[in-house]
Amino acid sequence: MQRFILIRIGQGFFALWVVTVIVFGIGRLSGDPATMVLGLDASREDLEAFRERLGLNDPIIVQYGSYIGNALQGDLGDSIKYPDLGAGGAVVKRLPATIYLAGVSLLLAVAVGIPLGVLSAVKRDSIFDGSAKIFALLGQSVPNFWLGLMMMWIFAVNLGWLPTSGTGGWKNFIMPAITLGSFQVAAITRLVRSAMLETLDSEYVKLARIKGVAEWKVLWKHCLRNAALTPLTYFGVIAAVTLTGSVTTETVFNWPGTGLMAFQAVLSRDFELIQALVLVFSGLFIVSSILVDILYAYLDPRIRFS
Amino acid sequence: MAIESPLAAEQSAPILVRRPTVTTRVFQLLRRAGRLPKFATIILLLILVIPATFADVIAPYEPLEAPGGVRDRLEPPVFAGGSWEYVLGTDKVGRDMLSRILHGSRISITISAIGIAIAGTIGTTLGIISGYFGGRVDSVIMRLVDVSLSIPPVLLALSLATALEPSFQTVILVVASLLWSIYCRQVRGDTLAVRQQDYIARARVAGASHIRIMVHHILPNITNTLIVLATLQVGFVILLEAGLSFLGVGLSRPAPAWGLMVADGREVIIIAWWVALWPGLAIMLTVFGFNLLGDWLRDRLDPRLRQL
Repeated sequence: MQRFILIRIGQGFFALWVVTVIVFGIGRLSGDPATMVLGLDASREDLEAFRERLGLNDPIIVQYGSYIGNALQGDLGDSIKYPDLGAGGAVVKRLPATIYLAGVSLLLAVAVGIPLGVLSAVKRDSIFDGSAKIFALLGQSVPNFWLGLMMMWIFAVNLGWLPTSGTGGWKNFIMPAITLGSFQVAAITRLVRSAMLETLDSEYVKLARIKGVAEWKVLWKHCLRNAALTPLTYFGVIAAVTLTGSVTTETVFNWPGTGLMAFQAVLSRDFELIQALVLVFSGLFIVSSILVDILYAYLDPRIRFS
Repeated sequence: MAIESPLAAEQSAPILVRRPTVTTRVFQLLRRAGRLPKFATIILLLILVIPATFADVIAPYEPLEAPGGVRDRLEPPVFAGGSWEYVLGTDKVGRDMLSRILHGSRISITISAIGIAIAGTIGTTLGIISGYFGGRVDSVIMRLVDVSLSIPPVLLALSLATALEPSFQTVILVVASLLWSIYCRQVRGDTLAVRQQDYIARARVAGASHIRIMVHHILPNITNTLIVLATLQVGFVILLEAGLSFLGVGLSRPAPAWGLMVADGREVIIIAWWVALWPGLAIMLTVFGFNLLGDWLRDRLDPRLRQL
């Protein structure tokens, strides 16, 4: 187990290193940062001074070295919009709002998806199963920014039940959480359903039934425990979709998190801020997938020993 | 749908058959909802293939022009008090929604086709090489896959689109750089399984080169996986492109991309709901159709992929 964890952490660091190379590379793809920041009509002297100050005249390796050096010390570059905080500080400041929203939407997805998946596996090929299937397929097909917009139009503009945007009370969470969770509910429902179908067929479930365990206990304890492992392996996909969705969802609902920040950074061409966002999110992503792998290996010995 | 033979036998028996009422019919449809390839194909044909091919003929107006000028802007659809002139209404500069949506399907289908073709070629090639040779080559390629799966897709797209100008090519680049790793991983797994087969060893003994074995003996045996994967990914690509365009880092105005049209509709959502409604509906139905088709193909061709 220790060996497994160590290898996984090593791979994580390697991945993070490659991400820095890519982020740095994309930064240099964009052409001359000096003209990008100062504009095309800047004087030759100004451009030259700017390049000298940022070290743009150094060889590319030296530039990358100083980028990594700064990043390791927590300096992820400057931001046009947040000059005092710097890019890294700005990301950290906005992170909690995104994490809250993502957390609520994942909880919602689990709370709806697991019962739905279990029930449709139990009532296989029934009307309920068919409807759940359509519901799940639609959930995976709907563009979430559009779903958010339509909900906003119905519940906020026409009916006036919920606030249109921003943060505040629990009411502000409802629409953004549903918008962000729409894909995840669908994914979890389908994964749990197919995993449940497999476990329902297994010998130990038959044994549990034969020895007279109550049906609800067979389902929710014996089966679900094993079936719940499958969605864990798809955590990567689900997390990626959540992050992706957070940009569009936060933009639609004006949610003051990192997703909205990324959108605004693109509009104002605040490039170092975007770089910092990519880096921080890749880091979070890598850390959480390591944690999930470890959890999975802990729960399922077959992974640990292969 | 294949004929269920036991059912057919039952029906041919001389028993009293009650005519199905509308309710039982609806229930039956719902029950079979998961296995509706015909339904899927019909939706797809209607929404995607026909309009994409014949957009110039079917569409009543040009997608980029406002036939009535600004005078006709924000006309409601025909059933909401508008006229037959603009069946689905017009947007804020007076362009016909129906024509734009029909032309938009062309964009969606082209981007998915090109993006998936590029990603599929790269991913399949690397996947077969990785699975066939194993060893060091395999671990290098697999590390690359891990890395590419650990970069958050939309942020990569955002930074690429900011670095390069947002354009058709950028979207393709983003799509391809996201999808190749999924192909690579799946194909590698399949290749590992195929490589164990006797006929591979025999081909080797018969003197076939590595390339010949990979192209003629392994590739044909993983085609099913490739087809299923491609179909299932079309929906994902359409959603991704729409999301990028919505955020302003995909295609740029005035292209009739569905995501851009939803973004336009967002600005006028309070006074004109139809501008945002139609393109979103088009995205949803198209993706829904491809997902249904992909599900069905997977069950037919490659049941092992059930959990994708």
